[in-house]
Amino acid sequence: MSLFNCITNQCPLGSNFGSSNKLGSCGAVPQLGGGAQRRDKSRNSRSITAYYGLKTPPYKLDALEPYMTQKTLEVHWGAHHRGYVEALNKHLAKNDLLYGYTMDELIKVTYNNGNPWPEFNSAAQVWNHDFFWESMQPGGGEMPTLGLLQQIEKDFGSFINFREKFVEAALTSFGSCWVWLVLKREKRCLAIVKTSNAINPLVWNDIPITGLDVWEHAYYLDFKNDRAKYINTFMDHLISWEAAAARMARAQSFVNLGEPKIPVA
Amino acid sequence: MALRTLIARNPMRAAAPAASRGLKTFSLPDLSYDYGELEPAISGEIMQLHHQKHHQTYITNYNKALEQLDAAIAKGDASTVVKLQSAIKFNGGGHVNHSIFWKNLAPVRAGGGEPPHGSLHKAIDSNFGSFEALIQKMNAEGAAVQGSGWVWLGLDKEFKRLVVETTGNQDPLVTKGASLVPLLGIDVWEHAYYLQYKNVRPDYLKNIWKVINWKYASEVFDKESA
Repeated sequence: MSLFNCITNQCPLGSNFGSSNKLGSCGAVPQLGGGAQRRDKSRNSRSITAYYGLKTPPYKLDALEPYMTQKTLEVHWGAHHRGYVEALNKHLAKNDLLYGYTMDELIKVTYNNGNPWPEFNSAAQVWNHDFFWESMQPGGGEMPTLGLLQQIEKDFGSFINFREKFVEAALTSFGSCWVWLVLKREKRCLAIVKTSNAINPLVWNDIPITGLDVWEHAYYLDFKNDRAKYINTFMDHLISWEAAAARMARAQSFVNLGEPKIPVA
Repeated sequence: MALRTLIARNPMRAAAPAASRGLKTFSLPDLSYDYGELEPAISGEIMQLHHQKHHQTYITNYNKALEQLDAAIAKGDASTVVKLQSAIKFNGGGHVNHSIFWKNLAPVRAGGGEPPHGSLHKAIDSNFGSFEALIQKMNAEGAAVQGSGWVWLGLDKEFKRLVVETTGNQDPLVTKGASLVPLLGIDVWEHAYYLQYKNVRPDYLKNIWKVINWKYASEVFDKESA
């Protein structure tokens, strides 16, 4: 039996396997290859090994002042993000089947095509916040350049239009949401996508280029209810177009954006 | 003759402002207590922002959406009517929910925090075992809401029993069942507690019971279960 039978609905143990969420009760846990046995089997301890660590943002917690205060970073990263990491590790400690997945795979698998498992919320939020810190930089804002700018102009008409649409998407999202600039794999173009709660574009196999956390906890300490000011501050002073450009460059090894230049004989 | 007058006047009606067409606009209800009177359970700063900014915004956007809906209905623009539903549900729900929420809270001097007596107390005991069990259940479900939402104590009029339910975003309790009547709702959107409790939603839930207005919940219960 291959590893993936338990995850798809082909588990021989029963057809409502996927909906029960009680994966730990599955008796036929396949052994992963190599050294993926992380559970400590020594007789005198049942210590749980942590699987994911809390990544620190690529800048000091006060580096984004005054646009995003140290206080916000301390709570948002130090409490919320850390909480998601700890919750994810707790889930993984109970669930052998999810060992060995990369984070991207873990998110897609636990999303379960729109009927997410409890692990999804933690896994996706860990990824989302890692991505978010890296999407900002001290001295951010301004405009993208070169290839990324060209692609934005191609897909949105102009940078101004893109900025307007992005801000509008963030303003009109209901509840706890994220707003993303993604490269759509099938359509081979950039697009703005709103998602709610923990959902991110990886679940639809699109490639996120940059993202903005519009959960209230992301801006409430700094801006209270003034979401518009937060969004504009992000666009004007925080967003890292360098990070976005790097992601765009990497994305182009997966998505062919240009037509091949075939010379006419 | 009256009918002819009516028809003759119709073209004018479409151009008249909403209020004179009889479209009711909504306005921010007053609180029966000062912003600071729920301290230390909920800070005055939060109460003021919550009432004057958040609730007001829901009302403003609800009125706007209703006006647009009215115009779309008059024009027979079905796709716009459908498109507006999510804005109406969200903003209208926000107005409905918060209007209930302000009445669910009371300062200690006005009976806030005092457990219910009489028929509601009996119903809680028979539905949940004990008052403490109900509190625990609501706290657990409120803490477990992912993202934004509400946790409710509701009366199911059809089955004549009390239920604890959660709804997402600003969905009113009735979206979980047409026969459900809200007795008590606790806002677990982050704006309801963040400035004071930061990410520790369980502490907010633990403390809010000190200012919950069970008198109002009992009144609604008695009225709706009659």
